[in-house]
Amino acid sequence: MTTVLGIETSCDETAAAIVVDGRDVLANVVSSQIDLHARYGGVVPEIAGRAHESLLTPVVAEAMVEAGVTDHDIDLIAATHGPGLIGSLLIGVSAAKALSLGWNVPFIGINHHEAHLYAALIEEPELEFPLVVMLVSGGHTMLIEFQDHGRYRLLGATLDDAAGEAFDKVARYLGLGYPGGPAIDQLSQQGNPQAIKFTPPMRNDGLNFSFSGLKTAVVNYVRQHPDVETADVAASFQAAVVDVLTHKARRAAQEIGATGICLAGGVAANSELREKTLDICVEEGIQGFLPSRAMCTDNAAMVAATAWWRMRSEGPSPLDLGADPNLRLPFIDS
Amino acid sequence: MLVLGIETATPQAGVAIGGHEGVIASFHTARDRRHAETLAPAIQFLCTQTRIDLNEIGVVAVDIGPGLFTGLRVGVATAKALAHALKIPMIGISSLDLAAFPARFSDRLIVSTVDARRGEIFYATYRKTAGGIQRITEPRVDQPDNIANQLTAQGEDCLVVGDGAQRYAQTFQMLRGVEIGEEGFRYPNAGSLVELAHPRALREEFVLPTEIEPLYLRAPDARINWQTRERS
Ligand SMILES: [Zn+2]
Repeated sequence: MTTVLGIETSCDETAAAIVVDGRDVLANVVSSQIDLHARYGGVVPEIAGRAHESLLTPVVAEAMVEAGVTDHDIDLIAATHGPGLIGSLLIGVSAAKALSLGWNVPFIGINHHEAHLYAALIEEPELEFPLVVMLVSGGHTMLIEFQDHGRYRLLGATLDDAAGEAFDKVARYLGLGYPGGPAIDQLSQQGNPQAIKFTPPMRNDGLNFSFSGLKTAVVNYVRQHPDVETADVAASFQAAVVDVLTHKARRAAQEIGATGICLAGGVAANSELREKTLDICVEEGIQGFLPSRAMCTDNAAMVAATAWWRMRSEGPSPLDLGADPNLRLPFIDS
Repeated sequence: MLVLGIETATPQAGVAIGGHEGVIASFHTARDRRHAETLAPAIQFLCTQTRIDLNEIGVVAVDIGPGLFTGLRVGVATAKALAHALKIPMIGISSLDLAAFPARFSDRLIVSTVDARRGEIFYATYRKTAGGIQRITEPRVDQPDNIANQLTAQGEDCLVVGDGAQRYAQTFQMLRGVEIGEEGFRYPNAGSLVELAHPRALREEFVLPTEIEPLYLRAPDARINWQTRERS
């Protein structure tokens, strides 16, 4: 039995979790800084750095109390070391290495994207490969073929804005506040998704995405139709995003003969996206897996779970590991 | 009691271990600002070379700034996590106290500085006392010209130390009665941190890791912009 303390500080969530053997989540504490950044309409790096610094020690302590473990129970310490905001990543990496020294247990640095891929496996350890994972959040939009542990192939990615970024920008334009995803999701319930026909660029063009043109289309439409119901704009915009995401996820699944489609990342909490993903999976006769909201958004349980798998294949990281804001997944070619 | 000192407020990263016999071992590097990469291996190296087990350390002392925000937080986060792991208390000391400490034998007014970038300097003034130095003004941030004008107005012989003084040497050199500290003492030193923390540790002037707060002296960028926007 291996008990892992995971730490995640790549963006604006300060998180710590205790996970046993990659699947038993004993504690998953997330302290969100959304309120601190809301007035700026986005994450302010220096504010995030300050908040991580003051929140991390209490968050780690809370996770251990909640899990009912003491320092003697911890076998491995993991922290996200990229990609993300450099000043935020460094807090988690530094603290994790110091804990590893103090408790004399190994340390391992984890790729944030890889952790998102593993989030699904925590709740559904029996998922069969190959899977299509659609990672959609404020920072990323990727279709990934999850072939096996440690084997990933990039099928498609956004060429400009991330899906979550498009939600934030449109929400800001419509005056719905930050973060934009939940705001648009909620307002869309009252709107007509067929009211306006927004077509995302590149819909029938490979597996890559482009969202900046869609944002421009929304802005132009509202300028030309100042009396339009905001709820209809929100619902139509959301429908267009969900349509292109699920359309390409389906094609990706067909292309690789996937056993199922997994959602990951903050945008995976979107209710329309969840519903439509299940629909296409039923139509294709494959598994659809939608992790709980807590596993979709940034958390440390996914970091701790990934660490358990990585430790078996690669062993610990050296203590001189730094943070890499542009860290990439080691994608294979075929 | 053994003290572990961690110092990362400037381009330099430093670690030292010491006790009643003074500084036992220290490591400093000022290359490439690789604080996060260097710190943990440096702590491990010092422990191995001195044959001191981390569990023998009684207190973690840390430079709480002011300084360069990201580097500063790497040191504070490391120190807090280490104290948390070892279940030992902490002592926080300002980078300006540390930069002033090597000048403690001077009879002049000591102006301790840390380069704050963007054309400003963090600074505070000190005087020598029987046992060391005493801070006589609160840490502030200001432009070198304003600090120079202030020193001129005071008309007292002073010694300006730290990397702020080095960077703006031309501004301070021209002033009457002002001497600039040695280049070798430009950065706060982890050895000074251990020396200053040890007597405090004996007096049990401890804090918990959660009570350590970096001394930023500057609002985060975005907040400054926001306030400007609200006013305009
Ligand atoms: Zn993420």
